[in-house]
Amino acid sequence: MNTATIPEAEISTAPAEAGAQLSLFRRLLRNPVAVVSMAWLALLILTSIFSPLLAPHDPNLASLQDVLANPSAAHPLGADSAGRDVLSRLLFAGRYSIAGALLTVVVSLVIGVVSGLVAGYFGGWFDTIASWTSGLLMALPGIVALLAARAVIGPSMWWAMAIFGVLISPAFFRLVYASVAAVRDELYVDAARVAGLSDTRIIARHILTVVRAPVIIQAAMVAGIAIAIQAGLEFLGLGDTTKPTWGEMLNDGFANIYSSPMLMLWPSLVIGVTSIALTLLGNAMRDVLERSGSASRSNSKTPMPTVSAEPVVTHGDADRSAEELLSVEHLTVLYDPPGGRQVIVVKDVALNVRRGEVHGLIGESGSGKTQTAWAIMRLLPEGARTTGTITFEGQDLSTVSPRQMQRVRGRKIAYVPQEPMSNLDASFTIGHQLVEPMRLCLGISRQEARRRALDLLARVGIPNPELTFRAYPHEVSGGMAQRVLIAGAISCDPDLLIADEPTTALDVTVQAEVLELLRDLQKELNMGMILVTHNFGVVADLCDTVSVMRLGRIVETGPVMDIFANPTHEYTRSLFDAILDEETSRGPLENDTTDEGVPA
Amino acid sequence: MWTFIAKRLLSGLVLVAVISTLAFLLLYVGSGDIARHILGQSATAQGVAQKRAQLGLDRPVLAQYLTWVEHAVRGDLGQSWFTGQQVTQGILDRLDVTLSLVVGATILSAIVSVVPGVAAATRGGWIDRTVQVVTMLGFAIPGYLIALALAIELAINLGWFKPTGYVNPGTSIAGWLGTVTLPILALSAGGVAGVTQQVRGSVVDAMRRDYVRTLRSRGLPEQRVVFEHILRNAGGPALAVLAVQFVGMFGAAVIVEQIFAIPGLGQISVAATQQGDIPMVMGLVVVTAIIVVLVNLAIDLFQGWLNPKVRLS
Repeated sequence: MNTATIPEAEISTAPAEAGAQLSLFRRLLRNPVAVVSMAWLALLILTSIFSPLLAPHDPNLASLQDVLANPSAAHPLGADSAGRDVLSRLLFAGRYSIAGALLTVVVSLVIGVVSGLVAGYFGGWFDTIASWTSGLLMALPGIVALLAARAVIGPSMWWAMAIFGVLISPAFFRLVYASVAAVRDELYVDAARVAGLSDTRIIARHILTVVRAPVIIQAAMVAGIAIAIQAGLEFLGLGDTTKPTWGEMLNDGFANIYSSPMLMLWPSLVIGVTSIALTLLGNAMRDVLERSGSASRSNSKTPMPTVSAEPVVTHGDADRSAEELLSVEHLTVLYDPPGGRQVIVVKDVALNVRRGEVHGLIGESGSGKTQTAWAIMRLLPEGARTTGTITFEGQDLSTVSPRQMQRVRGRKIAYVPQEPMSNLDASFTIGHQLVEPMRLCLGISRQEARRRALDLLARVGIPNPELTFRAYPHEVSGGMAQRVLIAGAISCDPDLLIADEPTTALDVTVQAEVLELLRDLQKELNMGMILVTHNFGVVADLCDTVSVMRLGRIVETGPVMDIFANPTHEYTRSLFDAILDEETSRGPLENDTTDEGVPA
Repeated sequence: MWTFIAKRLLSGLVLVAVISTLAFLLLYVGSGDIARHILGQSATAQGVAQKRAQLGLDRPVLAQYLTWVEHAVRGDLGQSWFTGQQVTQGILDRLDVTLSLVVGATILSAIVSVVPGVAAATRGGWIDRTVQVVTMLGFAIPGYLIALALAIELAINLGWFKPTGYVNPGTSIAGWLGTVTLPILALSAGGVAGVTQQVRGSVVDAMRRDYVRTLRSRGLPEQRVVFEHILRNAGGPALAVLAVQFVGMFGAAVIVEQIFAIPGLGQISVAATQQGDIPMVMGLVVVTAIIVVLVNLAIDLFQGWLNPKVRLS
């Protein structure tokens, strides 16, 4: 089951929310980048508010003898081209910049969040119009639209910033719209609707909590952009020249760049540092709220925990005559994200496969079957760590170099995945995806690989190999795609085939055909095979030996006949009971067996 | 394929039509007494009325608009109220200058973003952290500050480039490079930051896909998987960001051109805005919208080439 992660805020009530926000601030205080950013912004706000007290001069007081004066006791940062005090102007300008940025944020927030909520939650004609308008606003560069507006309204900073708020409102609209559309059909929102909560209540309680964090982050980003664009307009000389502003100071400094290069430094610093502080703060909030960052990488410093061995019920080996292909011992797989919870998904697993033998690996979802299969091929996702030995044809695969491992894959050990559609690259034709590995692994020419691919497609039962060869993955059915993947897996004559629930995603009628194909190919090529499944019917049909997995461990292993005749471990027996006695529901097994059919 | 292009062109056409209509309403209705504004406060009421009639402003707005559309579809965007210059000609004379900056910066962003983006996603560790910090700064610092810093350091202090002016590439390629390099660098800072972040993100995303594991299981070398399959799949979102960046850079060029005194669209935009030269502003808005539509079309076509699903559906 692929239930998407439901946001934790699901059942939060109003007081808890206030608590959450408090802890957001507290958590931000533990992040040094956030602390520095907030300190700068606080300093800026305070000096702007108290600028009449702090400023040594009237920011607009021009003085002829102080034109372009150097820093002195009277003018700590010097004076500009009209003899006005730079420090005083810098302090007063903060008021306009902050107020202007706030105006932009408020306008865009109100328009974007409200229209995003309504369009995302109710859909319909408003959705169409709002989405289209949002696209329209994004089409023109903000500056060009602002210039056009300026031509009409004149040099009003307030109007400019309000209009910019409208122009940038899609930033909030898209964010809220996407979040709302994603949760609109979640079960808990449905449940609230069924429970008779009004739409306003649902939006306020269930949906606003979901979009709150991204909206706060976006607000910091928008404030940064607003400050930059406001200063940019003033720098162009399009602002209100009666007010001191950072952009106007930049303009004045640029005009006198040769005579007083320092004039430009101060407004540049203030604009730059403020923009950076707002962006950093937004990023820090994202880290704290969303725990993103590089969390998926493994924390290789902590030692591997030792996993104790537990007794495994072992029935006799099936056929000791055949050559042993694969021998897995003490295999343990764990995920250990820094700052995250350590999870051990495979514990001390042992597994043997002989040439020509089909070994079933059975267990319910999440028991570690697929992780075991991936670990054998060293194809685990990033962040996974493994211990134990994987001996294949006498070589320990857990110690060979990545390059050597690459030569084992495809040629020695091949893999058939569970979900056919997502396992083909949608950007390349099916033919390309078959030919490419064959040319590299077998060192054959393009023509030969193509001929071989067509033969393989015919062999796996594809009615028109030429047509399928040229097709893109989305142009064929799921059953056909699975056949293509099987053709790809056997294309380089592997000795061992690992098939990970190869029929789960297919229609019932197609399932039988694909299983038969796998059995025929396995016999024909005399491959060893690991068949991952949660269906005892499949095990009875195809496998020679079977291992039962539960919670990352193999609990019982042996020849299929012996286990069917004498299931010893409690869990194996409960698996059998679940199949034979469909009336009684048995917790987690129910899903896995009721719709799967009984062994023939 | 052709229906795909036709559909995109049609929606682009609608977009340009809507933008020009809105801009016309805003500019002509919102501007108040334009004739008085042009002639100044000292003009007589008779003179103002005469000017109004001369500019056609005494007619109903709808009639004015229809006349404008009639001329515009023939490529005539009217006449400047202040210089008397043909708007279409005035814009075309400068369009190549601005486009060379913006297209140059777009191409540079596309090229420069791939390697750090892929490296950050596939290598992780300190490379990833460095790339994230640098792109974050490039994103946060306004482009015009970067332009000012480049102008002061590399042009004025070190004298490596010309601080101001523009040389036509037809006159001298070296001279042209000397004048456009710094503006292009300044413009592309934000673009590189944005596209690199997107490349990193979509490569990270693509690496987690099932088909990547399956390709690896076939024995494909890592480089092959990354540069052929992952990059192609990550290309779509990165291109979408590049299109957004292009629009942003087109706007940023207004300020950057001012800093380097480059005679592009930025200069006439600022002048027309300050004077209230409505036909010129109107023309600039329409031309910008057309360029944005064309660029998006080009990006869409490229997307279709990258991902056949887009092309066929």
